[in-house]
Amino acid sequence: MTSYLLRRIVALVPVALGVATLTFAIIHLVPGDPVVAMLGETAAPADIQSMRHRLGLDRPLLVQYASYLGGIAQGDLGESISYRKPVISIIAARYPATVELAAAGMLVAILLAFPLGFAAGADPGGAADLSAMGFAIAGISVPHIYLGPLLMIWFSLDLRWLPLTGRGGLSHLVLPAVTLGTALAAILARMLRQSLIRVRESDYMRTAIAKGLSEPTALLRHGLKNALTPVVTVIGLQMGALLSGALITEVIFSWPGIGRLLISAIGARDYPLVEGCVLAFAMTYVIVNLATDLLYALIDPQVRVS
Amino acid sequence: MKVGTRNPSLAVGLAIVAALIAGAAAGPFLVHTNPIAIDLANSLAGPSRAHPFGCDSLGRDVLSRVLLGARLSLSVSISVVALSLIAGSLIGGMAGLAGGKIDDVAMRIVDIVLAFPGILLAIALAAILGPGITDLVIALAAMGWTGYARIVRGEILSLREREYVIAARALGASEPRLLFRHLLPGIAGPVAVQATFGIGGIIGAEAALSFLGLGAMPPTPSWGNMLDAGRQFLLVAPHLTTAPGVAIGVSILGFNLLGDGIAQLIGYRG
Repeated sequence: MTSYLLRRIVALVPVALGVATLTFAIIHLVPGDPVVAMLGETAAPADIQSMRHRLGLDRPLLVQYASYLGGIAQGDLGESISYRKPVISIIAARYPATVELAAAGMLVAILLAFPLGFAAGADPGGAADLSAMGFAIAGISVPHIYLGPLLMIWFSLDLRWLPLTGRGGLSHLVLPAVTLGTALAAILARMLRQSLIRVRESDYMRTAIAKGLSEPTALLRHGLKNALTPVVTVIGLQMGALLSGALITEVIFSWPGIGRLLISAIGARDYPLVEGCVLAFAMTYVIVNLATDLLYALIDPQVRVS
Repeated sequence: MKVGTRNPSLAVGLAIVAALIAGAAAGPFLVHTNPIAIDLANSLAGPSRAHPFGCDSLGRDVLSRVLLGARLSLSVSISVVALSLIAGSLIGGMAGLAGGKIDDVAMRIVDIVLAFPGILLAIALAAILGPGITDLVIALAAMGWTGYARIVRGEILSLREREYVIAARALGASEPRLLFRHLLPGIAGPVAVQATFGIGGIIGAEAALSFLGLGAMPPTPSWGNMLDAGRQFLLVAPHLTTAPGVAIGVSILGFNLLGDGIAQLIGYRG
């Protein structure tokens, strides 16, 4: 396990370097001058020159790239233009809100998916299956940008049960978490159903039942772990969708995380902050992927060997 | 009838997609209201005979805007999928056929692009390129090609080892003949399934980017920017979010069902 862990961490380095390079390339190589965009087409050439100098954009590209990578290695992501503070400290202040939302979304997804998936997989074709899969189809299709406003209309404006926007106690977390978690819940419920149906038809389940175990006991003792392995894989594969969903959900609910920070930085043409937020999202995803892979290796020993 | 009972996903998906295309194509001829004509007397008006889906804050007819939005949504998503498919197939095909160093480099690039979660890369690119339809298509395609590259590469690697391909090679078939006669037909099915799901995915991504102010700009109606505009009037005019929201959801549903249906039809398990 230790050697697998080491190998995985070493393999992370080129991906992290690639992510940093691509982020740099998007901001610095894509046509369009960020300084002109920031100051407007009518800005005086002297102002453009001084801003370019302030941001270090008048240096050769390779020098900029080297100092950018060196900065990242030291935890320095430059200074935000609109906040006039180090990018890293702004991101650090907003980061916990994004983690909270993503974790809550994941929790909602699991809490919804497990009962639905089990009910559906226990009796394929039955009433519970049809309604659970109806939910799944709707859940996969409805976009965050519609589900969010819909929940706001129902639960904040009509019923007045929950606050409309912002971050605070648990009550503020419910609607954003449901908005974020529903699509994942739908995907997981479908996966769990298929997985359970496959397990129930397997030889070892038939043997266990033939030897006198009741079906629920056999499922609990022998089937469950096997049925869950593909579900864990799907959770890992869906982490990217969860993170970018969190970004959109933050904008819908004025949730003060790095997703909303990124969008407002784009609006303010604060490129150092845009760069920092994109990097923070991508690196989070890379590390979460590593964590899911390690979890997977713990559950399934075959992964470690290959 | 037979298709409908054996493969309901295909039948329902086809019906939804056909209705969507018909609405996008014929919409402006059926609804004669100008989708960008401002009529402040009708600001935030609820559904009525003249305006079945109501009017937005500037008094513009929501139904005609949703129909025009369908054109944008479909044309953007089909362009993005076509571009992604061509670029992805070329890169994935090259990687799979050439193998070795070329394969390694191509797959590392795919890994790096995929390290950007969901639509983040498209958001970053759209932020720098600026809002606009062409830039939106480029940003979404820059993110979308990786899926096709992986599928095409994977299918080539697996098909190469199949008996019928080995047999054709042993019989002296040339590389181009192998590619066009034996490999490409085998790849077409999985790619078609991926592309169908892809259109649904891009409809959602386009709406999200336009919602965030990074795609189609007002007054051009897009389902995403209509939802964003409607969000400010949730309390007084909740109907503004209904029409574009349902349109996005039903379109995604249609392409998902169609993708499921095609996969079932050709016996493909992704």
